[in-house]
Amino acid sequence: MSKYHLPEGMPIPVPENDDLSKPYWEGLRQSKLMVQKCQGCGTYVWGPEWMCHQCRSFDLAWEEVAGKGRIYSWERVWHPVHPALKDHGPYIVVLVELPDAQNIRMIGNLLGDPEQHIPIGAAVEVAFEHHNDADPAYSLAHWRLV
Amino acid sequence: MGRRTLRGQVAVAGIGETTYYRHGQAPDPEFKLALKAILAAAEDAGIDPTDIDGFASYSNDRNDPSRLAAALGTKQLRFSNMQWGGGGGGGAAAVGNAAAAVATGMADCVVVFRALAQGQFARFGQGPQVPTISGDLAMQAPYGLMSPGQRYAMKVIRFMHEHGVEQEALRAIALASYHHAQSNPRAVMNGRPLDEETYDASRWIVEPFHLFDCCMENDGAAALIVVSAERAKDMPHKPSYLLSAAGGSDYRCGAPSHNHPNYASSNFATVAPNLYEMAGLKPSDVDVVQSYENFTGGVMMSLVEHGFFPPEAANDFLKPENLLSPTGQLPLNTSGGNLAECYMHGLELQIEAVRQLRGTSTAQAPEVNVSMVTAGPMVTPVSSLIFGSEATL
Repeated sequence: MSKYHLPEGMPIPVPENDDLSKPYWEGLRQSKLMVQKCQGCGTYVWGPEWMCHQCRSFDLAWEEVAGKGRIYSWERVWHPVHPALKDHGPYIVVLVELPDAQNIRMIGNLLGDPEQHIPIGAAVEVAFEHHNDADPAYSLAHWRLV
Repeated sequence: MGRRTLRGQVAVAGIGETTYYRHGQAPDPEFKLALKAILAAAEDAGIDPTDIDGFASYSNDRNDPSRLAAALGTKQLRFSNMQWGGGGGGGAAAVGNAAAAVATGMADCVVVFRALAQGQFARFGQGPQVPTISGDLAMQAPYGLMSPGQRYAMKVIRFMHEHGVEQEALRAIALASYHHAQSNPRAVMNGRPLDEETYDASRWIVEPFHLFDCCMENDGAAALIVVSAERAKDMPHKPSYLLSAAGGSDYRCGAPSHNHPNYASSNFATVAPNLYEMAGLKPSDVDVVQSYENFTGGVMMSLVEHGFFPPEAANDFLKPENLLSPTGQLPLNTSGGNLAECYMHGLELQIEAVRQLRGTSTAQAPEVNVSMVTAGPMVTPVSSLIFGSEATL
């Protein structure tokens, strides 16, 4: 039994060679949900990008947002497509929108019973999962119903 | 300058396919399959294969036009084109690109082709087996969101939620494809009929997709020959005139991490209106549709976005009796398509659309003058096209 929600051996997320998303991954290590916000017009930008899609400003700053959201959509995965997931059983992926950040959407697993009913629109809160013994160490942002 | 349009300027004059195989089962390597399909299309068109002067493909096809031209003895290479984007989203756009080259005099005879040998190369439906991952995939893969089915299931769930669509609507799409494959000897699933009970009892791949909601993966190759409308008139087969081709996607469709504003979509919201405008047609003018099935939910949303029914009518419209040839009001995927004929990345759908106009389909729809193809729902860019008979010009 893995001490993590999904089995060990999944691909380890690392920043790109241009470090675009590095502040996000570093934020997760500190149990913070960091996203980009345009300093020109205030638009939240997610996923990470070099330019604001609203006003074309390159002045994007990283800002912590509240780990509160609601389920926008979901899927329950039964068929494994990665060796680490073989024989693991179903798991739930959720797409969560963040009302406190202009409804940008984030992907994560929904914790709890993998066969639970998943209500679209339900409130969820973030649950950080720290993979301290991975090389390199990393953290994920999961979600649980509140 | 007059109205800029492809309408009626070019036609498909030849079609060719290899035998279609289960994935990993082709006796030939991929490049040889591509050559065989191109030769078959040239023979069907009644042309010397060395007269092909252009190549168009999509989805990063591995068979380079310069190598193909060298192997074929192409007299002169004038057009070598790749439509950007993955999946089958470029299937109709590649025909449109070929048409644009012919219509503007950049080339005279362009072959659109696609070849796949997944024994020789990797399969599509597997996750990345690498120690580390970055970019947009890093936001998804560590949570077990890796394969195409997993990438698109949440779009379909959201659409079904917003519009009250039942699982039976998706089932009808799968049943139609399997039904049509039973009369098609080329189809990999010929002799393997599907009924409602078998669908319902089949395992989930990822909800809302049962096994039979998902395309196959196959080996083979397909090709079609595009020439000017004028030239096509003197060639052996009844020409399939291109009435329109459109590709692309709507506002910020490629936004990272599933942030496309119009999320519950097949991504044809802007493409379909462009398609109908160029053709000068409306949905009720369409006689038969080949709609790319990566997953049945994508077909459902493609048909909605091409205006065949509003989303609220999905449960009523998507019943097998409406989708079967020849009696249904909208015969759909009449060769069996990606689900049951062959996953040739949708080029087999373009070829079936031509067969419907020639009157040679194994599930022929009645009195076909307007034959539509939609390519690659839920990816970006997507594309679609309309072929017409001489009567539509």
